[in-house]
Amino acid sequence: MIALLARDLKLAFRAGGGFGLGLGFFLILAVLVPLGVGPEPRTLALIAPGILWVGALLASLLSLDRIFALDFEDGSLDLLATAPIPLEGVVAIKALAHWITTGLPLVVAAPVLGVLLNLAPAAYGWLIVSLLIGTPALSVIGAFGAALTVGLKRGGLLLSLLVLPLYIPTLIYGAEVVIRGAVGLPVATPLLFLAGITAGSAALLPFAAALALRVNLR
Amino acid sequence: MDLTVTDLTVARGGVPILEGVGFALAPGAALVLRGPNGCGKTTLLRTLAGLQPALSGDISCPPEAIAYAGHADGLKAVLTVAENLEFWAAIHGTHGIDAALSAMNLNDLTDRQAQNLSAGQKRRLGLARLMVTGRPFWLLDEPTVSLDTASVALFGAVVRAHLATGGAALMASHIDLGLSEAAVLDLAPYRAAPRLPQGFDEAFA
Repeated sequence: MIALLARDLKLAFRAGGGFGLGLGFFLILAVLVPLGVGPEPRTLALIAPGILWVGALLASLLSLDRIFALDFEDGSLDLLATAPIPLEGVVAIKALAHWITTGLPLVVAAPVLGVLLNLAPAAYGWLIVSLLIGTPALSVIGAFGAALTVGLKRGGLLLSLLVLPLYIPTLIYGAEVVIRGAVGLPVATPLLFLAGITAGSAALLPFAAALALRVNLR
Repeated sequence: MDLTVTDLTVARGGVPILEGVGFALAPGAALVLRGPNGCGKTTLLRTLAGLQPALSGDISCPPEAIAYAGHADGLKAVLTVAENLEFWAAIHGTHGIDAALSAMNLNDLTDRQAQNLSAGQKRRLGLARLMVTGRPFWLLDEPTVSLDTASVALFGAVVRAHLATGGAALMASHIDLGLSEAAVLDLAPYRAAPRLPQGFDEAFA
């Protein structure tokens, strides 16, 4: 298991591994939005939580199809399926590797980009907390979508269509935490819902994804 | 433990292509599967490896005892030869890749990335992976594709060494593998009659 995590991280950080793809996208989005919306600080502060969360979501979506497609193409997925580690574990590890290479950099970069969007000072802490709690759900749900579409040629569009509706609850509660945090309202309820979505999907979806993989490998 | 297959029916895309397949593979034995293209050699091997379910029949040996090597070698292009092999050794919980490296004559290539290997060198690395799985039954699908004569001889020696230690090998191939002691099973007689089973719905297979 640890060997698989180490391999996936090594692959992501080497040339052409796709690390930085999501981060670059996030950066571009946060830079372009103030240029498109205009420099009015109050408008920017109003939309900042939503933009940051939408950006994080789309950035994480960008690299989803790599989770299983690359291993499927070079035959590693067949060999992993016949290896002594359970396929559920393979899915969980690959989702974790995706989170470390995509979600975690977003969490680190988000406060910096919050400055560009004139995010309210009180919201920075909640932005980090909500992304830290919410982005793992994006990776796990995405791994499930990637498992469903593995083996399909140009499955990226289908993957987006399948995964985006599943991302909506995470987006709503994640952005709500930041919006409430910005104006000093209590954030416990959306934060708990966000944590519940992450915990629930991390507990259940690896099993569903492993089942989908087995069907797709036939 | 023997690998005994009785009355096995395998399907590709929901349609049975081989039926009534039966053979036994004892430790120390090698069996070569022959048959025309598309007759179901790969499907049979994937079924035995546990990658797809059989429509009917019994396989005596659990997939955990079987190491499968398909058409693709499962190599990561940006990892070196040693890193690729160490990964599979770690996944299978075995230690030491030196024996596998020297058996497939890969010692001079350990630090080269897999993307810079020739087709034959990749194949040799793919076959070396079998040695680090530590599993007794090897299922090989066209193992000697793109290998030169010297490498085929290396492969033959590796398989013989595996058989000598109580392993067994089942190989699908059209080419002479240089293993004169291997028995041959022709799959042509087992070809399934073209039909769909009663009440069979592929969506729920």
